[in-house]
Amino acid sequence: MSAVTDIPEAPRAARRPQIGNPALRWLRTNLFSSIPNGILTVVLLALLAKGIFSFAQWGLANAVWLTPANDSSACRAVRGVGACWAIIPEKYRFILFGTYPFDEQWRPALSVVLFIALYFLSTRRALWRRELAYLWIGALALISVLMWGGVFGLSFVSQDRWGGLPVTLILATFGLAFGFPLGILVALGRRSKLPAIRSLSVLYVELIRGVPLVSLLFMASVMFPLFMPSGFNIDKLLRAQIAIILFAGAYLAEVIRGGLQAVPRGQYEAADALGLSYWRKHRLIVLPQAIRHVIPPLVNTFIAFFKDTSLVLIIGIFDLLTTAKTAIIDPAWQQFSVEVYIFVAAIYFMFCFAMSRYSRSLEAHTASR
Amino acid sequence: MTADHPRPPPRRRLFALGRNELKGLFWQVLVVGIALAVIAFLWSNTVTNLSARRITTGFAFLGREAGMPIADSLLAYSPRDPYLWAFVVGIANTLRVAVIGIVLATLLGTLIGISRLSANWLLSRLAAVYVETLRDIPLLLQLLFWYVLMQALPAARAAWRPVEGVFLSNRGLILPAIPIGSPQLWVLGTAVLGLVVFYVIRRRLIAQQMRDGRPRPAWPFALGLIVALPAAVSLVLGVSWTIEWPQLRGFNFVGGLTLAPEYFALLIALVTYTSAFIAEIVRSGIQSVPRGQWDAANALGLRRSFMLRQIILPQALRVIVPPMTSQYLNLTKNSSLAVAIGYQDVVSVANTTLNQTGQAIEAITLIMAVFLTISLSISFFMNWYNARIALVER
Repeated sequence: MSAVTDIPEAPRAARRPQIGNPALRWLRTNLFSSIPNGILTVVLLALLAKGIFSFAQWGLANAVWLTPANDSSACRAVRGVGACWAIIPEKYRFILFGTYPFDEQWRPALSVVLFIALYFLSTRRALWRRELAYLWIGALALISVLMWGGVFGLSFVSQDRWGGLPVTLILATFGLAFGFPLGILVALGRRSKLPAIRSLSVLYVELIRGVPLVSLLFMASVMFPLFMPSGFNIDKLLRAQIAIILFAGAYLAEVIRGGLQAVPRGQYEAADALGLSYWRKHRLIVLPQAIRHVIPPLVNTFIAFFKDTSLVLIIGIFDLLTTAKTAIIDPAWQQFSVEVYIFVAAIYFMFCFAMSRYSRSLEAHTASR
Repeated sequence: MTADHPRPPPRRRLFALGRNELKGLFWQVLVVGIALAVIAFLWSNTVTNLSARRITTGFAFLGREAGMPIADSLLAYSPRDPYLWAFVVGIANTLRVAVIGIVLATLLGTLIGISRLSANWLLSRLAAVYVETLRDIPLLLQLLFWYVLMQALPAARAAWRPVEGVFLSNRGLILPAIPIGSPQLWVLGTAVLGLVVFYVIRRRLIAQQMRDGRPRPAWPFALGLIVALPAAVSLVLGVSWTIEWPQLRGFNFVGGLTLAPEYFALLIALVTYTSAFIAEIVRSGIQSVPRGQWDAANALGLRRSFMLRQIILPQALRVIVPPMTSQYLNLTKNSSLAVAIGYQDVVSVANTTLNQTGQAIEAITLIMAVFLTISLSISFFMNWYNARIALVER
């Protein structure tokens, strides 16, 4: 007994004496831990101060915030030294909603609110049930009614007049809503034991991932009419939407395949032992686990994909970026594109930042389990 | 255990398919049938449509005169050259922005990734803000933004001069350069050859050291093959290495190396955007090396540079290389956004061709072929590199 207690206690790590003001101590450990570090901090602070100062001078102190409608003379007076934020109140309706009839713009605005509510509800873990799918179908149907109209006393608005933020959200959301099931099918196909199905899936994924989205969009805008029987033509927006769905399908398939690979073999074997059919096995056992594994990379793919919808600018579809670029064609405001780009960048940033925060909280949640 | 019960060899008869095989066959036939039917449908439509528009399919158009201007190119080009040459020039432009972009993005991204792990709170916060901001704004928007800034620069006469000999104006970035002609290329070629020979010799030396444990210094070979040999060639051939300083003549610059605003904006946008992703990859790669490895290296009393080079980096690279490959591929594919600001890369050339000739299928096939080739080459190289650095289990 005594032999055990004789073993000297392991020396505790000597605790540094905690002297001085905690704020100073924090500065010491985090900013001035060594001489090179101290120099670095001072240099960075100087650069940061200079950057913030010149930005504040341009963006706040010398900026023009409001002008009388359609009059950019005040802005042109401060050109080069101050920002012209007045272009935003002047043009925001066009940037956000494009050429949608002015008096009906509450409809796209409401659609945007619906989209955001839909995204928000989809992030709630408690709502991850079958009902969520019905909610999606219902909301997307409601948004279609709002945007198109033609029923319930709403006037019909054809989709070549749609524009701005709702178009960006439509392209991204419908792209995901259809691309996701497609991605699941292709991922399963790529892991299938049937050689013909496997090679078709591989071909699809590699072809799409091997080329830039721009070329797919060109294909949708230029080649699609060639592919269809003469006389049959579908709208440009829908063609771009199809290209985006095909694009999303290939990328999502690769992410989901990663998840499928992470499901232990025993799970497949257990499902087989229960005598479940292929589809029931995947629907009930494999996919729920696989998708749970890859939620963070899935959200990252969503972010990448949301940003990529801006590429439709190249084939002339009026999404948020295109309306912004078009808004500054107006000769009176032509010189103030930087302000407009900052405004639009802030909108994109808010969506993507929210998603990336969410992805990080999910990762933390999975890691803590 | 299994030896006690030798299994009877599975009997295989041709055409004796079980229920599962039949089902599998059914599904395959169904899916392939649908795919073929869709392709046949699209194909027949295309053939009808093309003949209705009197467009002959095939690549014969590549021999015709292109007539499109390409302002900025490495290779000699005039609008009277055939389409084929226009495509080659476009491919060269894509490669020019992709290769330099990959190198710069890797350097900048690594720097920012390491900064994020810095003990200096301010530096790591700034790096985090950089990463978060650039990642959350579409690349195309950033590209347009840079291009607008580029156009807002002063005219050539009032160009900014951040450093002597460097001019930044709405004509782009003008740098002093050494003109590279064929004599200079000979010298550079010798240096590359020397590098290859040195690499082979170094492998020999390491193999010998593995056998008998005696270290053999490799640096004299490096000095001889990579420095002295090219220098000697240069002296013998009398190659001149004078720097050409750009000068303002009238409204434009003469001499030096000019990066056109389109190219420069595209390069900045691609490099800064991709570096944000690379920074995250580098950060997570370094963080993936267990703390114990650092401690062990410290306990062995290794020098810090040696420790980073021989202990930490080889382990971090295993985590870093595969996602880095996809970032390189992304950068290359994203270079096709050039079409939005009028830099004539291969997609832009193909788009113009398509509008001029109506040869949509051929133009898009060419784009796809070019990008598939580039993507496959990058993947091939990175897979080879990845296999080299992968964990060798003994």
